[in-house]
Amino acid sequence: MREASRDRLKAFLTLLPSIILIGVFVYGFIGETIWTSMTDWGGSGSLSLTPEKNFVGLANYDELFTGFLGGGFRQDLVNAVYYSVLLLLGAVGLGLFIAILLDRKPKGEDVLRTIFLFPMSLSFIVSGTIWRWLLAPQGGLNVLPTYVGMEPLSYQWLSSTAAILEFNWQNLFQILIYVASFVMILTGLWMLKSNSRRAVELWLIPGIVLGAGAWLFGGLLPEALFMEEMHGFNMATLGIIMATVWQYSGYTMALYLAGFNGISQDLRDAAMLDGASEVGYYRHVAIPMLKPITISAVIILSHISLKMFDLIFAMTGPDNAETGHPALTMYLTTFRANDFAQGAAIAIVLFLIAALFIVPYLVSQYRQRGRH
Amino acid sequence: MTNKITLGSVFLYGTLTIMALLFLMPAYMAVVTALKFPADISLPTAWEFPAKINWSSFSTAIDLLKPNFINSIILTVCATIGSTVLGSLNGYVFSKWKFKGSEVIFTLFLFGMFIPYQVILIPLFQTLRAMNLYGGLAGLILAHIVYGLPITSLIFRNFYSQIPTALIESGRLDGAGFFSIYTRIVFPLSIPGFVVTSLWQFTQIWNEFLWGICLTRHADNPVTVGLAQLAGGQAVSWNLPMAGSIMAAVPVLCIYIFLGRYFIRGLLAGSVKE
Repeated sequence: MREASRDRLKAFLTLLPSIILIGVFVYGFIGETIWTSMTDWGGSGSLSLTPEKNFVGLANYDELFTGFLGGGFRQDLVNAVYYSVLLLLGAVGLGLFIAILLDRKPKGEDVLRTIFLFPMSLSFIVSGTIWRWLLAPQGGLNVLPTYVGMEPLSYQWLSSTAAILEFNWQNLFQILIYVASFVMILTGLWMLKSNSRRAVELWLIPGIVLGAGAWLFGGLLPEALFMEEMHGFNMATLGIIMATVWQYSGYTMALYLAGFNGISQDLRDAAMLDGASEVGYYRHVAIPMLKPITISAVIILSHISLKMFDLIFAMTGPDNAETGHPALTMYLTTFRANDFAQGAAIAIVLFLIAALFIVPYLVSQYRQRGRH
Repeated sequence: MTNKITLGSVFLYGTLTIMALLFLMPAYMAVVTALKFPADISLPTAWEFPAKINWSSFSTAIDLLKPNFINSIILTVCATIGSTVLGSLNGYVFSKWKFKGSEVIFTLFLFGMFIPYQVILIPLFQTLRAMNLYGGLAGLILAHIVYGLPITSLIFRNFYSQIPTALIESGRLDGAGFFSIYTRIVFPLSIPGFVVTSLWQFTQIWNEFLWGICLTRHADNPVTVGLAQLAGGQAVSWNLPMAGSIMAAVPVLCIYIFLGRYFIRGLLAGSVKE
């Protein structure tokens, strides 16, 4: 018995260095960054080992969200949100599509899988350098149509200054409520078939009420900014999104393929015997069964898009406002402008958005493990 | 097996072929451009195969990136070994020596894998400076080992949970303790686990850029930073960045092409599926 408890102690002591490292380098550092974001660390003398830091509360966040100079950051944030959503739709959609095609076991499946997955192994700097050349305004993709006898394109992939889906930041609260109501109505419609009572009571009616309320009484909501400020989806980001989808749809494909292979042939045969068509099999059997995989893919891709730095750096350089991203702004603010406090505040905003996805995911994973 | 050509199979193979070509397009462009003489590179003819092949871009790119390659090799090898060995021990404890709270600790570890690294960048910068490790490879190696722990512990934990507990129990009945069970029973079974984890770590560390640019001085820049500098600026002749990109991609591409099976296992493990 004493032997066993000594072994348990050894096990714990083996883990201890890692616990300390993670404790300090992850949790301690996050705490340190939160603290830094509430100080005025920056400017001259900021590079000393013991810089002067004075507590300023939430002033840095206030500056980012309501200040005059924060406008660039707000545009970056909007850009990052559009970027994440489009990357998710693109990479999950395309990856799923390819996985379904490869699940038919065509000849040469191995080679094809390798081709679709190889971009994933590359560094973002490598792929960014190549894509920058591919998206050069008078060459690359834009001249491809000339090979089939058409006019070349003239799209400014990375430097277009056009923006679509613009909105006024002043109406931010109203827009957020619209988005929430839209998501609730969608969830309700999606659940309508399986659990119609809950769908109507919990999602559809509250969603419609919320949306209507925001539409009717939106004027009563406080304005998020003291002046009109338009933000939208910068079209130049489209090139970055294309490159990221190219690099990451192979990843979702691999996840889905592994999932499809895990579904037993019996189940598949049973579905076919029940008269399910190929489309019906994927829609009603395979894809619902792979919901955990979809969730994993969404979590990992949104994490990647939130911290995206390398690819944008390599494709447009760090200073291109049209393809701005908070991750780049954080780098420029911190290491070029030496405004450490402001950089920390940007990092915390990114962190909080990421935590919004990750914490529920990890908690549910933890609960699942407990059940086994 | 019938070889009937149906509308469905035409669609299937047609779509797959087009997609495969689209996916290979950037690779083709990189190779074609790298093989051209700077004077032959022009935007309208970017897609055309060079009339005269110029191999010298590769040797020039290697010359320019040589110090970066050496740095990256040292960095990647050291950090991969460090994080893999620690991850193996952690995985062994997390799967076979669970104690009260070990699952919570494991979940807290996993969180470290999903944070945007910007959030730890400033304290990391300050800490490495205070430890006199800023600017050199040692600091970067330390960072990669620490932040590699979540994923390596995860892969090994899932790998070891496939080893039957009865095997561990019988070892214990034979009088083996914590470490001798590891060295005599668990470790010999871990070779595939080590391959998967170290390949994953190797590609991740080789490809990393943010810490490379923020935490090392010029002489210690890894290859991704060197490549970004080679390709940066407006007036670049594109054969060099393309050749450099290909050279920087070769080590990870080799791993992927020849050991793809293991690479995919690491990739699937990263999605936290049990």
